[in-house]
Amino acid sequence: MKADFGVRCAGAEPVIYELSKAGRIATTLPALDVPKADLPPAAWLRDELDLPEVSELDLMRHYVRLSQLNWAIDVGFYPLGSCTMKYNPKVNEAAARLPGFAATHPYQDPHIVQGNLMLMYTLQDMLKEVGGFAGVTLQPAAGAHGELTGVLIMRAYHVDRGEPQRTRVIVPDSAHGTNPATTSMAGMEVIEVPSDVRGNIDLEALEAVCGETVCGLMLTNPNTLGLFEEQLVEVIGRIHACGGLVYGDGANFNALMGIAKPGDLGFDVMHFNLHKTFSTPHGGGGPGAGAVGASEALAPFLPGPIVQLCRCGDAACDCGCDREEVEEDALCFHLVMPEKSIGRVKAFYGNFGVLVRAYTYIRMLGAPGLREVSEMAVLNANYLKSQVRDIFAISHERTHMHEFVAKGIVPEAPDVHALDIAKRLIDYGFHPPTNYFPLIVPEALMIEPTETESRETLDAFADALRSIRDEALTDPEVLHEAPHSAPVRRLDEVRAARQPIFRWQGE
Amino acid sequence: MTYVPHTDADRAEMLAAIGVERVEDLFHDVPTACRFPELKLPEPLSEMEIMAELQAMSEENLDVNHFTSFLGAGAYNHYVPRIVDHVISRSEFYTAYTPYQPEISQGTLQSIFEYQSMICALTGMEVANASHYDGATSTAEAVIMALNVARGKRKRVILSPLIHPEYRAVIRTYTQGMGLDIVGDDDPASTMDDLTALLDDNTACLIVQSPNFFGQIEDLAGLADRVHAARAMLVVVADPISLGLLKPPGDHGADIVVGEGQALGNGLNFGGPYLGFFACREKDVRKSAGRLVGQTVDAEGRRGFVLTLSTREQHIRRERATSNICTNQALCALATAVHLAALGKTGLRKLAELCYHKAHYAANRIAALDGYQVAMEGLFFKEFVVRCPAPVKAINDFLLEEWGIIGGYDLARDYPGLQNHMLLCVTEVIRREEIDALVEALAEAAREVTP
Repeated sequence: MKADFGVRCAGAEPVIYELSKAGRIATTLPALDVPKADLPPAAWLRDELDLPEVSELDLMRHYVRLSQLNWAIDVGFYPLGSCTMKYNPKVNEAAARLPGFAATHPYQDPHIVQGNLMLMYTLQDMLKEVGGFAGVTLQPAAGAHGELTGVLIMRAYHVDRGEPQRTRVIVPDSAHGTNPATTSMAGMEVIEVPSDVRGNIDLEALEAVCGETVCGLMLTNPNTLGLFEEQLVEVIGRIHACGGLVYGDGANFNALMGIAKPGDLGFDVMHFNLHKTFSTPHGGGGPGAGAVGASEALAPFLPGPIVQLCRCGDAACDCGCDREEVEEDALCFHLVMPEKSIGRVKAFYGNFGVLVRAYTYIRMLGAPGLREVSEMAVLNANYLKSQVRDIFAISHERTHMHEFVAKGIVPEAPDVHALDIAKRLIDYGFHPPTNYFPLIVPEALMIEPTETESRETLDAFADALRSIRDEALTDPEVLHEAPHSAPVRRLDEVRAARQPIFRWQGE
Repeated sequence: MTYVPHTDADRAEMLAAIGVERVEDLFHDVPTACRFPELKLPEPLSEMEIMAELQAMSEENLDVNHFTSFLGAGAYNHYVPRIVDHVISRSEFYTAYTPYQPEISQGTLQSIFEYQSMICALTGMEVANASHYDGATSTAEAVIMALNVARGKRKRVILSPLIHPEYRAVIRTYTQGMGLDIVGDDDPASTMDDLTALLDDNTACLIVQSPNFFGQIEDLAGLADRVHAARAMLVVVADPISLGLLKPPGDHGADIVVGEGQALGNGLNFGGPYLGFFACREKDVRKSAGRLVGQTVDAEGRRGFVLTLSTREQHIRRERATSNICTNQALCALATAVHLAALGKTGLRKLAELCYHKAHYAANRIAALDGYQVAMEGLFFKEFVVRCPAPVKAINDFLLEEWGIIGGYDLARDYPGLQNHMLLCVTEVIRREEIDALVEALAEAAREVTP
């Protein structure tokens, strides 16, 4: 099975400006139906606007051709570790586009958007239940945004308790780059701790950095090696014992639904990646949604507004309904700021369209379905590992969760690197795994198959890896020069950085 | 339905290959006391059932397709050409990940490069990234960039009080651990001179929004010189539709131009997903946040596109990254690019003028009503402030119940001194008859609603 991009893409697609011809347009506008007002003085107006001018057919063809240069889940297997590239159900798209949802303005009075608020309220509740948390905010727009939210919450909690000196955040060396970056962005200091030989946090090293300046620990569990922390209870216990808090990076939550609730395990605050675990599409890099769950102690610090259910008759209710007309015990949803909120992390209430998709997914699967998702994600990862382990060494010989890391090393062909293997996989019709991450595994190939892939696909992927390993021995050049069948060959990234061109500057 | 393809036989064979008997055996690392908790969730539904439920739930809302809405205030009801949804519904775009493998992501990469090019043209800037979560977070990231350009040595941030209140709130949330001195926005009557008087050698940036939260076009002439004299950066929050008509902030010497891109190509969606655009000068690009696409060549010399300057980003630089941003709003940026290209050079100007003329028609008619005053000093674009004869809430309730009109934004929410002040927005989707109906309804409200 080899990818064949050649037929669809005979040549490179011009940049849209190169398709432009003065006088063309791809949209129609209504005629002006009111008297003209005086425009601002000429000095306030622009005289030049360099946008392309194309017909509607040109425009559609351009984007269809561009789309054909892309790999996507709907095209083929996408085992990108830590990214959870599962199938995006089409019903989610229809749900988010229902005009009753899509055509509502965020500043409409709560009493005329009760449908939206009910959906958000129910989603908050369902995420609380799945995560084992007391409160949830849906406002963060992505995973890293949820992390920032979480670290600011931990900081605010300590400041509120009169412990502003807690400014150090412990991050394991296997963590996603967003963890240390988030910590710095929140004005905190990063303390890195190493992993031990079994891929767990090194407890001794952790113990050594615990103390009264510790704000908390950021922990991805299962970690980026695809391993469940074997000493999780001890790790969390030590952080709590020194007065710190534990933040859960929910990037790998696809392994845990119905398997364990992070709140039960002792996590104080965690973000969910709705665009990973809950099947909403990645969109080529967003939009996602990074809802954050928090324990009883931290819930008052959540950003808001969040949705609450209240009685319209209560004095505190400000949903906007007419008190004289509603019944005394009528319930309604309204928006409130949590008591000690860190503030807003974005305008309005979150990526609502993404929330509709996640809601749809959870309602269709229910409790048994979510558990099956995690079980099958873990089954697929362990099965694929069983087929790969005699081709490439696995970072740790333990039972894995939803992903595993192989070492892209062929001992007899030292010139062949993980990058070559990754690029050659493209020729075999697969998206490469995550490359060179986690940083603690040499030549890492981080493989996350997800639950929506069939056994046949996993077998074909393992076969491709086997062929590539064989090619490394017989014809390493074919790997160094891969990919051969993609729309373009390897791109000169050094040139892109040294002689940067960020915008079209004419032919 | 879990979208899992395995048959029972598949499961059995896969378990055998792994060497365990049951799926449960794969979870022995999970502490026993917490393993396999009961999840109290509603019963699973079929696709048909969930769509029926959602249809009903969505109909609990009043939507702007059925009720004429004059709400703006940072989220705008513009017509989105059908082609936009066709493009962003292509599986190859919406089911792709961030383009980390450029050879098989040229579609996403080139479309972002084109988006960057169009945003640069629109704002008059040299570099644009793609993208931030929304206008509020792109403004907050502009603050962080200005702090970085000043190498952390300047702590003062001057905000115009007429920047969107939620944007100012997000700046404060983002920077709460940084010990900043954020000033300027406590009095909505502050002038540009009042703001520039706050400039000092501790100032990292001064931020203004134009058109501002009240819809007025700020006079940016000469502002950059005053800000630069203090060696601070000028950040302008802009409305992209207005830039079809107005001189771009780049021409006024702005160092960073940010804003909410939703109005181009993205529906209201109850507040998200939207996208923040962000444009700066090439000399400062290495201090900027977010994803950048650059043009390069492949091994055969053909033009191609890659993510570039990633050494600023979290996955390479970790705690020394310029931001933690990773997943952003790529598909929303694609929608913006398609809409911009569909409008083109002439279409965006026409669209901006439609909004401008309709808003002015509405403002002139409302200004002639007894009991209402329109703040007419200065220039405005598509929004304007009306002083009403009664609280905005009461007027809006009347408009909705009696006329089926969703009225304007209540400015008293954010500016306690502005009781009875409503912010109205008129875009191209509003027809003259609808404006006339609003005028008639407001006239009636002045008589019917007790102050």
